[in-house]
Amino acid sequence: MFPRTARQIAAVGAIASMLALSACSSDSDSAEGDVTLKVLTWRTDLVEDGTFDEYAERFTEANPTINVEFEGITDYEGEVKTRMSTDNYGDVLGIVGTVQPNQLGDFFEPLGTVDEIEETYRFVREKAYDGQVYGIPVVGNTQGIVYNKNVWAEAGLTDYPTTPEDFIAALEKIKSSTDAVPMYTNYAAGWTLTQWEGHRGEISADPNYVNSLLETDNPWTQGSDHFVIDSLLYDTVAAGLIEEDPTTTDWELSKDLLATGDVATMVLGSWAIVQMQQAAVDNGGAAEDIGYMPFPYQVDGKFHGSVGGDYNQAINVNSEHKEEARLWIDWFNNESGYAESQGGLSPLKDSPEPQVLQDFAAAGVEYVEQLPAEPGMEGKIDEIDNTAEIGLWQDMYRKRIIDAARGQADETKEDIFADLNARWKEARAEVMG
Amino acid sequence: MATHTDGSAPARVAKKLRKNDIQHNDPSPRRRRRSSGWGWVGTPYLFLLVPVILLLGLTYYPVANMFWYSVTDWDGLAKTKDFVGFDNFVTVFTSPEYFAVFKVSLYYFFASFLQMGIALYFATVLSFNTRFRNFFKGVLFFPYLINGVAIGFIFLYFFRPDGTLDALMGILGLGDHTQHWLGERSIANYSLAATSVWRYTGLNFVLFLGAIQSIPGEIYEAAEIDGANKWHQFRYIIAPSIRPIIGLSFILAISGSLSVFEIPYVMTGGANGTETFVIKTVDTAFKFNKVGQASAMAVVLLAIVLVVTWMQKRLIPDEKVNQS
Repeated sequence: MFPRTARQIAAVGAIASMLALSACSSDSDSAEGDVTLKVLTWRTDLVEDGTFDEYAERFTEANPTINVEFEGITDYEGEVKTRMSTDNYGDVLGIVGTVQPNQLGDFFEPLGTVDEIEETYRFVREKAYDGQVYGIPVVGNTQGIVYNKNVWAEAGLTDYPTTPEDFIAALEKIKSSTDAVPMYTNYAAGWTLTQWEGHRGEISADPNYVNSLLETDNPWTQGSDHFVIDSLLYDTVAAGLIEEDPTTTDWELSKDLLATGDVATMVLGSWAIVQMQQAAVDNGGAAEDIGYMPFPYQVDGKFHGSVGGDYNQAINVNSEHKEEARLWIDWFNNESGYAESQGGLSPLKDSPEPQVLQDFAAAGVEYVEQLPAEPGMEGKIDEIDNTAEIGLWQDMYRKRIIDAARGQADETKEDIFADLNARWKEARAEVMG
Repeated sequence: MATHTDGSAPARVAKKLRKNDIQHNDPSPRRRRRSSGWGWVGTPYLFLLVPVILLLGLTYYPVANMFWYSVTDWDGLAKTKDFVGFDNFVTVFTSPEYFAVFKVSLYYFFASFLQMGIALYFATVLSFNTRFRNFFKGVLFFPYLINGVAIGFIFLYFFRPDGTLDALMGILGLGDHTQHWLGERSIANYSLAATSVWRYTGLNFVLFLGAIQSIPGEIYEAAEIDGANKWHQFRYIIAPSIRPIIGLSFILAISGSLSVFEIPYVMTGGANGTETFVIKTVDTAFKFNKVGQASAMAVVLLAIVLVVTWMQKRLIPDEKVNQS
């Protein structure tokens, strides 16, 4: 068939290609003495539009021997979690939500004690364990409801609703007097529904609310945070105040719909304000068309907004450039201007209120930050949640609420809450012993 | 392995050559063998090495790992995995919510009959001398070539209110009959199953067409001389000849409908009563961080598919049919 040499060449080629495959994993630094930091990021949009390249240039100007290279990952949570079973997950990365506090030390380099770090930064306790901080948030968020000011004005609404009933009445008014969809659930995207969970702690205005879940068998009891938040979702949907078909919603499109006034409100964290303002400008409107209101519930006549860190930047424990990585994290938080450009609360202590949250300042919203778990109780809430397969930070159970509310399932709000309570109780007994 | 050469074709040829060599009193059979035109005796194994390593590394090793995970409580991240015996399997078999989702598979199972019917019809029609038959073959097979995720998105737009389907129905004067194809729980699974039919009909079609075209043309000629029409030809020539392929398609349909994943996951994420067993498994692993539990579910699914296939093989033996 083939001449012998040709076959030998082919065999050698096959071996060589296998060697090449295995050689892929070895990495190399570019210039001599220069260090290249690899930063994993979930902000693929900012990698693509060059914002991060600009940060990298400015950082290299300040630290000439360090280059920064970004890797934008679309499915950040899923992909990084899988990569963390190897050593190769960048030098700097955002801590994925699935890492339990007691696992932090396995994967990330401690940045300092809580007391040390808190001299400069805030929102760091969430990613701390045993007195050590493992990550510093890139930005702090608060929670609320983005709305189109023009639509609300058209419906003759001037004040923020102060109770869930008020909120639903306001949406009814929008439905009857404008063409807008009163509230867009963004059901299909899924993660958008987890934004509702961010409001926990605002109803009780209790910084210990999340910890108190460890003590209760019935998180969904009349008047509790989860009861009020999920009831508002259920009642809004049941009153027909949402989009026509939630199952085919489109997140990217929803920004334009809100910007153009086809949608009146969406429940999203403060990180969304800048994106919505951008959409308003892109659609020929003005950034001022977009407003941000607190969750319609008051304690002692005051609104509350829960605050917490976004992704926390941390250093890979296997990194060969830990010092340089630390320089990057500090530079990013102090010099880059990222938090401000994202309209979020700066992770730096004592920094001024950002411009985009002036609505909150005007409404006198008080911020509530949840306290970290007691020593020994870290991660227990997540453990109960996972054991119960409820998914407080997942979309499933809120999709279930929406489906039931729009009459697609044979269960009432009470049925769902009873089931959730039963599962919580059983899982709590199992986890807490 | 590489030194054990008995039984392989090149080695046998080499042996034969050696025998001849001895008869001709050649003192160095080994050297003779080396230059026999078959090259170094290990060469075929070098070629085999690549696919075998890929197969072991990318298929068997991960599956072996999955079996190991299924008896641990691993959360997908922790450095240690605790052995928990068969606890995960007990949970799978004792929690009704894990098995309740199998009824969603029935939609896809019954849809697969429709799919095979359509595929068989077109395969038969296009095996005769139809005009533009190659063009139609391409059209029918094309959906199978599209990535499943892309199909999910295409049909997401197709089914949304005022989307393609609604617009089409409006043009046809059926505008009053539009539905929330994915939003209405009683319809959502039909919509998804229809999408699945659209996607996989091409595969069935090609399988059937290949089988039909392997039937010698003289048989048709003989049948025509005997006065058989096209229906007779289908009924008495084509259908019996392709029974093994129909049997195969049937197995694929069963295992396929048990393990539906891509289309509902992309289009509805398993919400609104469209959750399948595989979606449940993926959620268990990646949303609730129970990789051990999810591995056990995957093992159970594998076992179910194997059992169903075996039962089906026993009930419908397909080896003998070719002779009839």
